[in-house]
Amino acid sequence: MSVIEAKAAAGHIEVKNFALSYETIDGSVAAVTDTQIHVKPGEFVSIVGPSGCGKSTLLNAVAGFLKPTAGTVTVDGEEVKGPSAERGMVFQQYSLFPWKTVRENVEFGLKMRGMDRSRRERAARTLLGLAGLEAFEKHYPDRLSGGMKQRVGIVRALATGPKVLLLDEPFGALDAQTRVIMQQILTNMWQRLKISVLFVTHDIDEAIFLSDRVYCMTARPGSIKAEIPIPLERPRQQSMMMSSEFLALRRGLMSLIREESLKAMGGEISDQGLQGLNIDLHGQSLADVL
Amino acid sequence: MSSSPAHALHPTEHQAPKVATQPPPAAAAPVHEPATFAAMVARWYRLNKSRLRATLIGALSLVAFLIVWHLLTKYRVVFFVRFTNVPSPLDVYDSFTKAIHDPKFLMHILLSCRRIIFGFALATLIAVPLGLVMGRFKLIHEVVFPVSEVLRPIPAIAWVPMAIMLWPTNEQSIVFITFLGSFFPILVNTLHGMVLVDPVLVRAARCLGARETSIFREVYFPASLPHIFTGLTVGMGVAWVSLIAAEMISGQYGIGYFTWEAYSLVQYADIALGMIAIGVLGLTSSLLIRSAGRLAMPWGRT
Repeated sequence: MSVIEAKAAAGHIEVKNFALSYETIDGSVAAVTDTQIHVKPGEFVSIVGPSGCGKSTLLNAVAGFLKPTAGTVTVDGEEVKGPSAERGMVFQQYSLFPWKTVRENVEFGLKMRGMDRSRRERAARTLLGLAGLEAFEKHYPDRLSGGMKQRVGIVRALATGPKVLLLDEPFGALDAQTRVIMQQILTNMWQRLKISVLFVTHDIDEAIFLSDRVYCMTARPGSIKAEIPIPLERPRQQSMMMSSEFLALRRGLMSLIREESLKAMGGEISDQGLQGLNIDLHGQSLADVL
Repeated sequence: MSSSPAHALHPTEHQAPKVATQPPPAAAAPVHEPATFAAMVARWYRLNKSRLRATLIGALSLVAFLIVWHLLTKYRVVFFVRFTNVPSPLDVYDSFTKAIHDPKFLMHILLSCRRIIFGFALATLIAVPLGLVMGRFKLIHEVVFPVSEVLRPIPAIAWVPMAIMLWPTNEQSIVFITFLGSFFPILVNTLHGMVLVDPVLVRAARCLGARETSIFREVYFPASLPHIFTGLTVGMGVAWVSLIAAEMISGQYGIGYFTWEAYSLVQYADIALGMIAIGVLGLTSSLLIRSAGRLAMPWGRT
């Protein structure tokens, strides 16, 4: 754990004048335009936005998988040139190596760094213990539930002691109950590690519950529509989600996102439009037909 | 449980209740009953019922096959196909008991096995690495793929005359034919496995600090293994087909030659014996590959 805590003071993400566009046969298509975001050392920042708004594109650029068309991405003043173990990443699709056991998955980053077997085994066991997974170290990912897989994914990303942790809709594939538990686990881990986190989600509750600040993005081409500080006290508890403070934040963010989601969908469905459809159910109820 | 967050942040035992709230599907510990012998037998029976059933029906079906064969040959049935000269199961059993004490028969079998091992091993050693690098490096793919696509549809048997010209000894040309038979299925399946590697796993490896060679060894290779083993299984089948054909055409020894020679020498029981030997050898080798696959991929569900 000392590896991780030593770097806690670092991890300043700075994205300036960022734009990213794809080349297609019809010319270039802008995914993200004119975007500035930053994450201070030890801060938890979320990006929310309608689907296809480029929030994952932005995150992938910070990870080093995509090169910005314009602007810069820096971490602690150093330009991001490609993926590295300094920026741990957690994916929605779990992305555990199916041919490695839980512990071997967690060890992977340390192995890549050349740490010898017994040391990395010990480190992996410690981390798995913290996540309550020590009983499953010898299991293959195939046999774990989604929530457990993603806990392994997070532990694996933290094992190398990264400066920042990037999460791309990590709980998107989980059921609602598991997701709530995972959010609590993540906020507890973060509270302890004080690592900088950039978290992409389309779940507004999740963003508010976890974050110090939330960026809201516009529909494609994405840019920052609003930056909302979340003044809820730490440490966060599930019970806070019922507080008036939380609900006010939620209402604000909801209306911001709704506007953009409608734009992304190409407008609202009018009642008249539905009437015009004139569906003949032959006297049956909709439930019978389906 | 963790109303005070300071607890949840600290040691493991406070995390433990959370684990319990998410019961893992298959990972839960089995319930241990006090095991009496009878209970264990009953339990084993319950768990293996469908497998027992399949084994039993399979055995019955084989016995039925032997009986039909026996009757067809005993009454020398002629009904479109002629069973007049076909040896009966008992004839074949007789020649089998003779053959297993005959060093010549054993030598035929050993020689065929040796050719398979050489040809197949060579094909594996060349086709698997070639498929892996073709899947990884575009230029190699672009260079090799057209040639392989042109040569691939040519059946290994069509290579026999060419093989005899190419190689100084008969033995070498037969091994070459066997090699060719298994080469392309292995190559194509390895390549297919490489194409299907999940790019997210590659990205995950990258941001854990993996460099090119490590990604190859730790991600691409294991991810392709299931397809590589499919290729090996198919390749082994085609290797036997090619070997037997080559032995019948140009061999002096080998189980294919033995079968063909039995026909020339009017030893009809030996024809069937040769065929059955080929079947058993083919089955054994594919079982060997399957168990090797299970050993190499302990993570897979089988």
